[in-house]
Amino acid sequence: MSAPITAQIGALAKRSTLKTLRQPFQMFPIVFFPVLLLAVNASGLQSATRLPGFPTHSYISFAIAVAFIQGAMFSLINTGTNLAEDIESGFFNRLALTPMRRLALIVGLLVGVAALGALQSAIYILVGLIFGAHLDAGVAGALVVIVLGSLAATAFGAIGCAAALRTGSGEAVQGMFPLFFVFIFLSSSNLPRNLLKTGWFHAIANWNPISYLIEAFRSLFIVGWDAAALERGFAVAIGLLMVGLGLVVLTLRGRLQRT
Amino acid sequence: MSDLDNGIEVEGLLRVFKGGVRAVDGIDLRVAPGEIYGFLGPNGAGKSTTVLVLTTLLPPTSGSARVAGLDVVHQGSQVRRAIGVSLQESALDPFLTGSEHMRLQSALHGLPKGEREARGKELLARVGLTEAAERKIGTYSGGMKRRLDLALALLHRPRLLFLDEPTTGLDPQSRAALWDEVRRLAQEGVTVFLTTQYLEEADVLANRVGIIDHGKIVAEGTPAELKAQIASQTVEAVPRDPGDRERLATVLHRFGPETAASAGGVAAQLPEGAGDLAEIVRVLDSEGLKVADLRLHSPTLDDVFLAKTGRSLEGAADSGEEQDKDATSAEPAVA
Repeated sequence: MSAPITAQIGALAKRSTLKTLRQPFQMFPIVFFPVLLLAVNASGLQSATRLPGFPTHSYISFAIAVAFIQGAMFSLINTGTNLAEDIESGFFNRLALTPMRRLALIVGLLVGVAALGALQSAIYILVGLIFGAHLDAGVAGALVVIVLGSLAATAFGAIGCAAALRTGSGEAVQGMFPLFFVFIFLSSSNLPRNLLKTGWFHAIANWNPISYLIEAFRSLFIVGWDAAALERGFAVAIGLLMVGLGLVVLTLRGRLQRT
Repeated sequence: MSDLDNGIEVEGLLRVFKGGVRAVDGIDLRVAPGEIYGFLGPNGAGKSTTVLVLTTLLPPTSGSARVAGLDVVHQGSQVRRAIGVSLQESALDPFLTGSEHMRLQSALHGLPKGEREARGKELLARVGLTEAAERKIGTYSGGMKRRLDLALALLHRPRLLFLDEPTTGLDPQSRAALWDEVRRLAQEGVTVFLTTQYLEEADVLANRVGIIDHGKIVAEGTPAELKAQIASQTVEAVPRDPGDRERLATVLHRFGPETAASAGGVAAQLPEGAGDLAEIVRVLDSEGLKVADLRLHSPTLDDVFLAKTGRSLEGAADSGEEQDKDATSAEPAVA
């Protein structure tokens, strides 16, 4: 008697989603902080739109892209922390004692993260539109934003999983947050790359993959359909997902030693 | 189906952790089908590591182990289908309800959809959690968590059940209820491998007991056999006047060799058993020795542990705790 892998993934994804939704202190920062930062930036930096070469007159349409990245990074922390709690509490061993396949454990978790990533992306779009953002790519563009947001959340979630599997500690996973936040600041999050005039900052932003992820979201809001930006953004998201999954495979081998 | 299809057979099992710690140091054991086997030892003795190896969560460094007739190294997934396990921590998700745990576990075990709900309800009723089934685990008491843990371990009708310190931290009432349930399972033919650091638990529950210390099995047998191996009854007396201690010792040692006593007291083994007690009282009276306390001790499993290891099990509880933690968290280890 053994469940098909799809049923195992479904059961674990449902549990992962319920666990997050039932922890208000995990959901609150996902919704609140990106929206708060967006409100602060949009009101304080509106004058930046008057800079020659700035691509839009609406700073909120420009800045909303960052919310999706911040949300994805919260996915890293929440996913990693939840998995570390499972390891610390022994729930991970409980799952390992069932006929569940190794793959199902992580895929189930990440399917739950993907679903929450889609939900949080939809919330950011809605809040952005309410506060005056304009989505040039229309309804279809909103769907692409949701897909890309979900993909980015899953990619960062996988990295969080790998950190949890390696360390088995929720504190260690949470300690990664500032590190990843630096990547946001050293990107084109606040200004387009062509307006970053400080040499070293421009170089880092050019090198930083987060810039391309942000620009893919941004293009749908302020440009419409920019195939090149979308290609780069999806490539970065998929690349991060591959890196995350690779790390998960490596760390899972050490953590789950069952025969 | 051989007689080991419900049993356990272990030969030369060794598990070495980082730094060369031999958590399990070449043990042999055999558990018969339908038996309740008590695995007794202090924290860090190697009980949990043995359970992790036998339940396939940790590969052994060397040696062999067959559980339900299956090799734990090469037939891990089949072993997991045959066994139910309740590990030390009552590992439950505080944000899920009892019913949701049952549904998750039955889905992962591949129970037919039509059977899941009924089986979950049946087991929740069996462990007395029907009314709490829709409550989140965060609101459960320690005893309720342990009972749910047991229900989850039984969900797929295992032939063998591993219970790793199932009553640690429970109140006497919850402990007694869990003992009743374990006895009932054994009567139904389930083999139970039970680790415990409670002497009483092993004594009243187990058909046979293995005592492990520093990774080695130091004694094995039925509780009665083990007690009979080590000694006869002992008599212990505390003089009313501490200055009479030497005289009291001289009297008692006429009846048998000296043995360990509590502070201020004197104790002697009684090879002839309780029959000597009346004579002891007569001699004490004739010698004019007044005693504040006089007790006859029957051997306990702690006496067995003391005889085999040179220290009391109850006093050894904290030694090697770190080693046990390493085992339960299944850290990457030296193979």
